[in-house]
Amino acid sequence: MAELTYRDAVIRGIAQEMERDPDVVFLGEDVAKPGGVFKATVGLFEMFGPLRVRDTPISEQAILGAAMGAAMTGLKPIAEIMFSDFIAVCFDYIANEFPKSRYMSNGQVKCPLVVRTGNGGGARFGAQHSQSVENWCMMIPGLKVVAPSNPADVIGLLAASVRDPDPVIFFEHKSLYATKGEVPDGEIVDKLGTAKIVRPGKDATILALALMVPRALEAAETLKSEHGIDCEVVDVRSLVPLDTQTILGSVARTHRLFTVEENPRLCGWGAEIMSIAADEAFYDLDGPPVRITTPHIPLPAADNLEDIVLPTPARIAETVRRSLGS
Amino acid sequence: MAKIKDRAPGTAGSGLNDDIGEEKRLAMYRTQVVIREAEQRAFDLFLQNLVKGTSHLSLGQEAVAAGFAGAMRKGDLSFCTYRGHAHTLARGVSVEKVLGELMQRDNGLMRGKGGSMHLTSVDHGVMGSYAIIGAHLPIACGAAWRAQYKGDKDVSVCFFGDGTTNIGAFHEALNFAAVWKLPVIFVCENNLYMEYTPIADVTAVEHPAADRAGSYGLDRIVIDGNDADVVYRTAQAAYDKARAGGGPSLIECMTYRHSGHSRADPAKYRPEGELERWKQRDPIKIYRERLLQFGVSEKTMADIDAEVRKIVDDATEACKAAPPPPADIITTDVYADGGWAWRN
Repeated sequence: MAELTYRDAVIRGIAQEMERDPDVVFLGEDVAKPGGVFKATVGLFEMFGPLRVRDTPISEQAILGAAMGAAMTGLKPIAEIMFSDFIAVCFDYIANEFPKSRYMSNGQVKCPLVVRTGNGGGARFGAQHSQSVENWCMMIPGLKVVAPSNPADVIGLLAASVRDPDPVIFFEHKSLYATKGEVPDGEIVDKLGTAKIVRPGKDATILALALMVPRALEAAETLKSEHGIDCEVVDVRSLVPLDTQTILGSVARTHRLFTVEENPRLCGWGAEIMSIAADEAFYDLDGPPVRITTPHIPLPAADNLEDIVLPTPARIAETVRRSLGS
Repeated sequence: MAKIKDRAPGTAGSGLNDDIGEEKRLAMYRTQVVIREAEQRAFDLFLQNLVKGTSHLSLGQEAVAAGFAGAMRKGDLSFCTYRGHAHTLARGVSVEKVLGELMQRDNGLMRGKGGSMHLTSVDHGVMGSYAIIGAHLPIACGAAWRAQYKGDKDVSVCFFGDGTTNIGAFHEALNFAAVWKLPVIFVCENNLYMEYTPIADVTAVEHPAADRAGSYGLDRIVIDGNDADVVYRTAQAAYDKARAGGGPSLIECMTYRHSGHSRADPAKYRPEGELERWKQRDPIKIYRERLLQFGVSEKTMADIDAEVRKIVDDATEACKAAPPPPADIITTDVYADGGWAWRN
């Protein structure tokens, strides 16, 4: 065991996979010699050399297109899109190319690649460098969508993503890069499509992703200590594939469901889960399921304003408390 | 006759058994006839409502496909656009597979899951036909990057129309390929129209591809895209350069489509007489005259014509008899496990 930052876990995860498989290559803007704008790829260039770790021009379409062409023909590329907001300028690959090539070709074309990208708010960067856009990707058949909340999951899920034969969009949370966690020694390989109960409880299920996981845990502690409400917190980890068994299993035990989403309100990932719960767990529920989200607005830059709009532990705790009528 | 011969560049083109040779020339003649007959048949089948959806024909542009494919080696990769039937056929994919896909039958190349705009045959090196303008230029760069990284000697050849030169991905890919010195060939088929609009009306330079080459440190190359020999020699030189580590090439081929942009387009925007002038420069007409001049007999070519027509006729009948795809393939191959499950 060692304590590692989320940022260093990214480096270790990429290094683990590049060490294992010479077909794993890595490209992106400022990722090689500069070590990444978030310093999440420092040292990889020195470890694996200029043929495997490559700086690109500011050309997001070229980055994702090149990753796809390499993946189709035998490599296992990891591509970095610096800020997830920039997915909008290369969305053709995310929406039209990666996820449809296998289907349209009747199974002839493969696309085993990973797009890593810095997602989420909290850094006071304003509306074009702070968004949580995992739901942009969740809606597209053919993609897999992963968002780890802690260093051990970063390594394990990144390894699983690199080894996965499908295109995976891997959302790293910018505000988690500096956070620390215990990480086992040796190779770590996790499994996509598995949610994790990170805090067991009996009174309510709180589903969260990425930065919202530590916030949900903090809220759960408050609810327990101040109100005697015992919440189960589930880290969803992977939106596609979605581990509905773990999620609905939790709801069946607690009979109450909350989602904590950083994405703006409309069509956030929680909406799909609520729909599944309404279809399949309606009679397990003792009250209306509740989504706790960022309001449906572009994100403001100012720190006090951003703090108001992103779900906080206090807002999560207050919403759960009021819903449960305590 | 002399005028046609003059179109072939270089001094080597002085006879049938020059650098290109009889066998390759007859093969390129046949490829052009296959494309012509299959595309014409696709058009006829539209009119009978047997080809569904949309379709973009390469009638008149056969020499580009024949020349570039003719100069390829096995293992070289083709990346096409929605106007990709010609390039797919030129790599040896069967007429039946192509027409079957256009007719959305179970015997189609992708069993009706892709359609006319997405012809793909990985076994033939046809790595897909892409219907989002410009998308496949960066993808071809990626395939070329793999070749460079692994030391493979194949080249990636990316075909696109003049309209593609005004989209961002074109410029991103050109710069990327040049900086990384990738073994990729970008082939612009300039047929003078981006869909329904003359390319000259919407482009700042005369030659939409070649006049941009200098921006990426590449040579300015404009060729007669209706002369298969010219195309073949240009392709060969570009492939040799790419295989030797010399990086990408951008080649603009001047050509003309005899039909509209797509099935829905009667091409009424063309000035009077333009189509007729270009039909005088029909690539198959040019090539027939060249071969005759080089001593190939009328009979040799008539035999090829008849053989191809029979293939197209047989393919048509096979496709008409083929069933539509079964509903159980709707949910196959969304993911690599063969299925479509997004949840447990």
